[in-house]
Amino acid sequence: MKNLLKTVFIKTLPVMTGYIALGIGFGILLSETGHGIFWSVLMGALIYAGSMQYVAINLITGGASLITTALTTLFINARHLFYGISMIEKYKGTGAKKPYLIFALTDETYSLLCGDDYPENAEKGKYQLAVSVFNHIYWVLGCALGSVIGQTIPFNTAGIEFCMTALFVTIFVEQWISSKKHLPALIGLLSSVICLIIFGADAFLIPTMVLISVLLFAFKPILQKEYKND
Amino acid sequence: MTDTQLLLTVLVIAAVTAALRFIPFFVFSSGKKTPDIILYLGKFLPYAIMAMLVVYCLKNVNVLAFPFGLPELIGVLVAVLLHLLKRNTLLSIIGSTACYMLLIQFVF
Repeated sequence: MKNLLKTVFIKTLPVMTGYIALGIGFGILLSETGHGIFWSVLMGALIYAGSMQYVAINLITGGASLITTALTTLFINARHLFYGISMIEKYKGTGAKKPYLIFALTDETYSLLCGDDYPENAEKGKYQLAVSVFNHIYWVLGCALGSVIGQTIPFNTAGIEFCMTALFVTIFVEQWISSKKHLPALIGLLSSVICLIIFGADAFLIPTMVLISVLLFAFKPILQKEYKND
Repeated sequence: MTDTQLLLTVLVIAAVTAALRFIPFFVFSSGKKTPDIILYLGKFLPYAIMAMLVVYCLKNVNVLAFPFGLPELIGVLVAVLLHLLKRNTLLSIIGSTACYMLLIQFVF
């Protein structure tokens, strides 16, 4: 158990850095709207979706209707449908832990758990639960810290949010090295860039996901044949 | 917004987010056999999604105006090179983030 927690702590360190930095950023911005630690902790714990919480601040200050709020959330977080699809098999047989695992499936938790690099000496469900809980704690902690310490951080933290980008880049490279098939990665990269250029930063995620699905489907005969030959 | 409106807003966001996370698991419940196409997507989506997440993080970078996305480009290259050389996730992330912070605070 102690070993598992140590492994998980090391594995989640990059997420800890990123979540605490981004959480603090969120806490500061929310406190500027006149809402303190109660609200930042509540939002961090219940919503638990980084980019959506930043957008939520705009919705709150703009006095958005509940319908607008629901639709905005739907579009920004639609990518989570994808995470679910690829975790169906991985979360099988996790019993009572499963609802929480699904609830806590953020971009970062997904990025740590979607691969095959699970520790060998730990039970799968316990490992998944520990990673999910650790990340959730970091996030809520970051949101709370932001509300409390506000803008009194003694050093210039500008740019620290890049650690999230770095995390995804590193996982992308790791997947690239450990897989013989680079087509899915290239499909993802090209689809995202093309859709970003065509649809712009605020609207490219959904077209990207559609394009990725269509392309993966189109290349199914090729990819699946190679997969079965492994 | 009043506190009641704010609470409702928070609950709506939380409910829609949770619904999106739960829907795939309900649609493809563990009792039935998961369709072949979903297994296939589940197998290969992570590779494509990770690329999408990288682009998503960089979506607001303006390559047409100074500094032309150079800090981000250098940061990403440092992460890639460090990882290819050392294959240590933590080192790649800390190294490239430190590099990016120095670049935007002192160079650009």
